Amino acid sequence: MLDGSARNALLPDGEPSGVGIVETKRAVVFEGDRPLTLASGATLPEVEVAYETYGELNAEKSNAVFICHALSGDAHAAGVHQGDDPNRPGWWDNIVGPGRALDTDRFFVICANVLGGCKGTTGPSSIDPASGKPYGLRFPLVQVRDLVETHRALLRELGIERLLAAVGGSLGGMQALQWAIDHPTEVDGAAIIAASARLSAQNIAFSAVAREAIMRDPDFAGGDYYENERRPDAGLALARMIGHITYLSEESMREKFGRRIQDAEVPRFGFDVDFQVESYLHYQGQSFVGRFDANTYLYMGRTMDYFDPFEDRVHVQQQIAQGETSFLVVSFDSDWRFSTEHARVLASELRGAGAPVTFQEISSPHGHDSFLFPDPAEYHRTVAGYLDRLATQKGIRPRQGLATAGGPG
Amino acid sequence: MRPDLDILAGLVGSGQRVLDLGCGDGALLENLISERDCSGLGVERELDDFHACIARGVPVTQGDLEEELPRFGAGDFDVAVLSLTLQAVSRPDRVLTEMKRVAPRLVVSLPNFAHWRLRATVALRGRMPVTDALPYQWFDTPNIHLCTIVDFEELATGLDLGIERRILIDANGRHAPKLTNRAPNLLAERAVYSLTA
Repeated sequence: MLDGSARNALLPDGEPSGVGIVETKRAVVFEGDRPLTLASGATLPEVEVAYETYGELNAEKSNAVFICHALSGDAHAAGVHQGDDPNRPGWWDNIVGPGRALDTDRFFVICANVLGGCKGTTGPSSIDPASGKPYGLRFPLVQVRDLVETHRALLRELGIERLLAAVGGSLGGMQALQWAIDHPTEVDGAAIIAASARLSAQNIAFSAVAREAIMRDPDFAGGDYYENERRPDAGLALARMIGHITYLSEESMREKFGRRIQDAEVPRFGFDVDFQVESYLHYQGQSFVGRFDANTYLYMGRTMDYFDPFEDRVHVQQQIAQGETSFLVVSFDSDWRFSTEHARVLASELRGAGAPVTFQEISSPHGHDSFLFPDPAEYHRTVAGYLDRLATQKGIRPRQGLATAGGPG
Repeated sequence: MRPDLDILAGLVGSGQRVLDLGCGDGALLENLISERDCSGLGVERELDDFHACIARGVPVTQGDLEEELPRFGAGDFDVAVLSLTLQAVSRPDRVLTEMKRVAPRLVVSLPNFAHWRLRATVALRGRMPVTDALPYQWFDTPNIHLCTIVDFEELATGLDLGIERRILIDANGRHAPKLTNRAPNLLAERAVYSLTA
């Protein structure tokens, strides 16, 4: 996923953030006599969740839309933190705000850092209460359903019992899918974007190389690097570089960089960074290490590798039958990490389980990262239309006192 | 709802799993889902129609029906619907064969190119006909495989499709007058079929 340096490019020309100044809040959602029991059976005695909210919860508590974030995302989806550069809002600012697809005039939008994350929610860098030291690799492996349970617990804290929609791209889409399967009566709609229901051998292969890059870094120290002077920065940067290759399309790389040489007209003919694309990847890797934890990268990669929600089809069918969740599945034609074929399989599995599914492949040049971009307009049009339908069905109107473009009725 | 859609919905029946190919704005599927306890999926290529389906809450795949059809499994549906679209596909015979594969029953409607008014336009004026039902000029029409009632029934029979029922309708989509039955190929503007695989 793109990092902050590229975020301003993701806002429409000159448009300010839609939700303005926001802050990340924290809630302890499991503790004491109520630990989190993971799908694996392992337990976590205490789980804290970092989250942000935009818009207002209505009296019926029927307008909650949950943003599930991707591998390197965080709770800061939209708006700007006090004192931050206003040109660098949250990672999905372009879709959240008044009049945007996740319309904060109508919806109460929530985004939270995932379990196992490193942006305020309990993860491998958190202190293990048993030892008083960071968990490191002693943190249990987590599954997508554990991510969902953690966020459900947050919703309980917020007094919300059901979601109008769970929305997410990539790993976020996997969470939205799992949420709807595990709790069909708590989710009216699931918008699953640029996601997969089952990683391919090629996906797992890329994931394996990224993992090796981190674990073979001499500074990895078996995951217990938090108190050391050196961290596995080289390995994490390398993993990020590999990831970035898979996030962009060949077309977008050609357009952005071609074979141009960085800061020179003629090649230098050597082993240092020479081509622009190399410089870009190098920068992406380096900027990532300052803001992300290597262990979280390992855990999230594994969470995706093992994701297989349709393994037990009969179970999924029974679950789907209990609810009335409608699904939106969107893919991008230039995405080769989770290609349209992944989305088709996902949609087909859901339909096979009896769920109503709307599917669209959108033509976009941005590869896997397309889900983060505001263009082509068709993308947000589809998400907006889908959420609008869910809202209309539930009788959700814009907040009182707000001007409505279409007037009443 | 448009009267011809009402006739189509009647032929589809209740409690069916329906695939509507070229579903347009989803009006038929919305009716089938909300009024007739069907579950359904539309396939629609045009973006404005696709978004109209989303606004109605009708599940839909955006894409070309001839590309999408082969992706469905055998017997995934109970009824496959093709409403006034057969004439616009590149290979009507293959589309019908594929429909037969994904559903045991087909509901198909088509404009009849042998209607006397169309015949007269060609015969007397020497021009390709432009009518309410076929409003395009010859050079921009999406209707590249127009056929007559006789042609269609011959193809259906050739594909081992049983004609379970045929309803003749007028240009407004209403039941055609009784007289039409005397010479359907000459008098009917459209026909709707229920076919069995």
